[in-house]
Amino acid sequence: MAETITKNGQEFDVVWKKPNLQKNDMHYCPGCAHGTLEKLLQEVIDEKGIQHQIIGVSPVGCAVFAYDYMNCDMQEAAHGRACALATGIKRVMPEHAVFTIQGDGDLASIGLAETLHACNRGESIIILFYNNAIYGMTGGQMAPTTLPGQITSSSPDGRDPKLSGMPLKVANIVKEFDGTCYVTRQAANNAVNARKLKKAIEKAVDNSLNNRGTSFIELVGNCPSGWKLTPVESYKWWEENMLKYYPLGDLKTEGGIK
Amino acid sequence: MAEKYLMKGNEALAEAAIRAGIDGYFGYPITPQSEVLEYFSKWLPRKGIAYVQAESEVSAINMVYGAGACGKRVMTSTSSPGFSLMQEGVSYIACAQIPCVLVNVQRGGPGLGTIQPSQGDYFQAVKGGGHGDYRLIVLTPNSVQEQADMVYKAFDLSEKYLNPVLILSDGALGQMMETVEFKEDYVRPEFDDSWATTGKMTNRGMNTITSLYIKPEDMEKKNFELQAKYKIIEENEVDYELCHMDDAEIGYIAYGLSSRIVKKAVDIAREQGIKVGLIRPKTVWPFPKDVIKKYSEQVKAYLSIEMSVGQMIEDVKLAIDCKIPVEHYGKTGGIVLSTEEIIEKTKDMLNKY
Ligand SMILES: Cc1ncc(C[n+]2csc(CCOP(=O)(O)OP(=O)(O)O)c2C)c(N)n1
Repeated sequence: MAETITKNGQEFDVVWKKPNLQKNDMHYCPGCAHGTLEKLLQEVIDEKGIQHQIIGVSPVGCAVFAYDYMNCDMQEAAHGRACALATGIKRVMPEHAVFTIQGDGDLASIGLAETLHACNRGESIIILFYNNAIYGMTGGQMAPTTLPGQITSSSPDGRDPKLSGMPLKVANIVKEFDGTCYVTRQAANNAVNARKLKKAIEKAVDNSLNNRGTSFIELVGNCPSGWKLTPVESYKWWEENMLKYYPLGDLKTEGGIK
Repeated sequence: MAEKYLMKGNEALAEAAIRAGIDGYFGYPITPQSEVLEYFSKWLPRKGIAYVQAESEVSAINMVYGAGACGKRVMTSTSSPGFSLMQEGVSYIACAQIPCVLVNVQRGGPGLGTIQPSQGDYFQAVKGGGHGDYRLIVLTPNSVQEQADMVYKAFDLSEKYLNPVLILSDGALGQMMETVEFKEDYVRPEFDDSWATTGKMTNRGMNTITSLYIKPEDMEKKNFELQAKYKIIEENEVDYELCHMDDAEIGYIAYGLSSRIVKKAVDIAREQGIKVGLIRPKTVWPFPKDVIKKYSEQVKAYLSIEMSVGQMIEDVKLAIDCKIPVEHYGKTGGIVLSTEEIIEKTKDMLNKY
């Protein structure tokens, strides 16, 4: 039965409830999809009623302040170490869902070893990978995921693959591991995609609670400030470039170490 | 009476941790420490206790962070190069005030060094090997029995003060076999884990474990809080052993493996009628400053003896404001101290001072 509220003597069905985030103002730049990710995650936590049964990790990068918004127990991690913390948590709290929110510098560069090994061990954690193809927090330097030719503050002439290699597709790597049970690439550039992202989060939370293996959700995101674009321009760049190089959809929906 | 076991120091550490109620161990192989990891790899999975052979020491210490921040009894162990890798995590753990036990079974350095025993990591252990103003409580066993006893103590202290505790051992203590008894009457002290991330219940606010204090005022406040805690630890947790200090003219200061060799040197010297004694720190942080200061009124000079080129000697000099002479005797590279050389040096010092 649908939840209802009464207003001015009239009864209404509740179709959407504001997520129970903390009351702090978000610091994310205008147009950034980071906030959408955290709102959706909190919605899932609220709807499943698992606030007491979920622990999050937010490492260095723009994800670090997630604990100012998320309304559940949280740990802050050193740059790149979120998956190691999450492993430690999950191993001593196996009944809890455990998630990380990590940028691409954090996950794909300095923390690649922790990430790959957690996935390979099949830790039943949820890795929320915010891929904006740039180091946002430090002012827009090149990341391992920066697109060829993309201009950043440390690739002023555009990323040259001869110097820096090609952008790393981490989702494609971790889908090969037996330990991962769900690997998907999602975006939040429009309402339809945001809904799909929420579905993905729901599935991942389920996997973590039921100890099915690692769930890896790459959110192909944007970074208007780092990209030096207006929010509107950043959406255009996101759709024309990011989504082309990092195509959306499930890469794997079953797995985990039996 | 408790049963006696013949065990390696490394195994005794691990067995004691199991008996102390460890909830999780995270480590990475390195000589001369690997038996700790191997012992846990055998027993923890069988008992359904968390155990991970991590992909690196960097990961191991961060797994300790994650699990320790859930209020669980957790531990890692390594040897010198591995402990260097852990320093980032140790600094974060110290600031976030997560209880845990760390073990460094020291080997010779710097660099890849040698797998032989050493005490070259003293500065790293007591002066803060990682960044920022923090302290570890550092316990220094000198026998296989103490390798076991100090594990219980380390867990208890770490939970009492919400501070990481380091057991600073060395390759010889880790590898040698001696008889050991395990406490039969150990009871884990009451422990309030209301700060830990155990899942937010409706009757409390959310718990956040962090070392991030972006606002300068907040960071300063945190530092003052930590310093106040360290002061209490300094006032309450200094531990040492005295040996023939009552009438000593030369005072030896030595910890860990060195202190065993020095004890032997004290016996030999006393047989020759030379009045020497030993102050043996069982905690090197907090450092037993007061007792060293007290005996500086009596002895002619101190001889600081370490398996290093001279690190602890700085703390000895600071303890007495350089009021009496302090000399160093040491060996490095895994070469063990010689009692003859200690006694020769003592005779020189008695002539000099
Ligand atoms: C060990 C260490 N190295 C470097 C930094 C500096 N640093 C802070 S945030 C950041 C970049 C994070 O980028 P990313 O993970 O892509 O996240 P984003 O900010 O883009 O969300 C870096 C390099 C740090 N805090 N710690």
